[in-house]
Amino acid sequence: MAGLLGSLTGLGGGFIIIPLLTLGFHVDLRYAIGASLVAVIATSSGAAAAYVREGITNIRLGMFLEIATTAGAVGGALLAAYTPTHVIAVIFGIILLLSAGLSLRKRQFHIERTSKSRLAEQLRLNSSYPSRNGAVDYKVRHVPGGFLMMILAGLLSGLLGVGSGALKVLAMDNVMRIPFKVSTTTSNFMIGVTAAASAVIYFQRGYVDPGLAMPVLVGVLAGALLGSRWLIQSESAWIRVLFTVVLTILAVEMIYNGWAGKI
Amino acid sequence: MKRFFSRAYWQDRDMEAVMGRLLRAGVLLSGLIALVGGILYLFQHQGIHPGYHVFRGEAGALLSLKGIFQGMAALRGEALIQCGVLLLIATPIARILFSVIAFLIEKDYLYLAITFLVLLIMGFSIGGGFGG
Repeated sequence: MAGLLGSLTGLGGGFIIIPLLTLGFHVDLRYAIGASLVAVIATSSGAAAAYVREGITNIRLGMFLEIATTAGAVGGALLAAYTPTHVIAVIFGIILLLSAGLSLRKRQFHIERTSKSRLAEQLRLNSSYPSRNGAVDYKVRHVPGGFLMMILAGLLSGLLGVGSGALKVLAMDNVMRIPFKVSTTTSNFMIGVTAAASAVIYFQRGYVDPGLAMPVLVGVLAGALLGSRWLIQSESAWIRVLFTVVLTILAVEMIYNGWAGKI
Repeated sequence: MKRFFSRAYWQDRDMEAVMGRLLRAGVLLSGLIALVGGILYLFQHQGIHPGYHVFRGEAGALLSLKGIFQGMAALRGEALIQCGVLLLIATPIARILFSVIAFLIEKDYLYLAITFLVLLIMGFSIGGGFGG
């Protein structure tokens, strides 16, 4: 279920799995982060496999921004070692609230046709994606701003064990002015690598428990394989609303429990 | 339309196809190994109540490749699952490695440098010994 919802919104399954494990099953936050990263990589890679072949993903842009997200993720994972779990829980709740708000925001359909960024040109980030009416060309803007936001996205991903897809999509939509189909799939493309960068560190620290990783991995896999086929067909509004309500409730619970020192 | 017939476009398209297959194969294989390991794990841990509310960290044997392979040889479920997890983590890394090679073949040296830098960061993360 988290895999299905996650791949639908490009959010990665982490925002559901961590509260479910910590609040629902009273699993230690560190185990939950380990399990979540496994879910995030599985969701992202499973969905990316389908998207990449559709030719919507901007691979060059993804690769370039991965420099920022992986560097951020390594930093976040290192930072996590020195941060008490209840502080992480509160930060998690706040980011979750912001993400819930972001996922409700109406995403405008825009395509930049004129190139205003020399950097985008030098890096050959401008591209096109296939649609029913043939290939659609688009240009990329504000490369440094997008790059900086990706460092932040990576940092949060590494610290909290989530994909931070909402922030990645926001950076590409609003800062770099990329069409949303491209930003959703390119975000998904980067999430796997970002999560892997911090998962390696968490794994070595013993945060990944086989008893938790197994059901998460197998479950997310089944969901992701179904979910990615869905997105290509439709942009469903009601799922987004439902998702936002669920996220908001979970966020408040996480902040409360973290504040009270229960996590 | 002219783009469609350019050589560079088709090379990128080929790269996407291989990358898609690589990702799918990695995820499916790791899921399969974890599933088999999970079934074994459940049989080996019948009646044991897991205590995840206390963080202990995994046993040292499950943190090293050597320990995991030894555990797999002994058909221990948790070792198989950890192998599946490692394979899953390795999937995006393999994708970067593949891109490095693909950009080298395409003689796209700018992106060769970019992907190589990402690979270096991953290497830093793997070899850094931040296990602590």
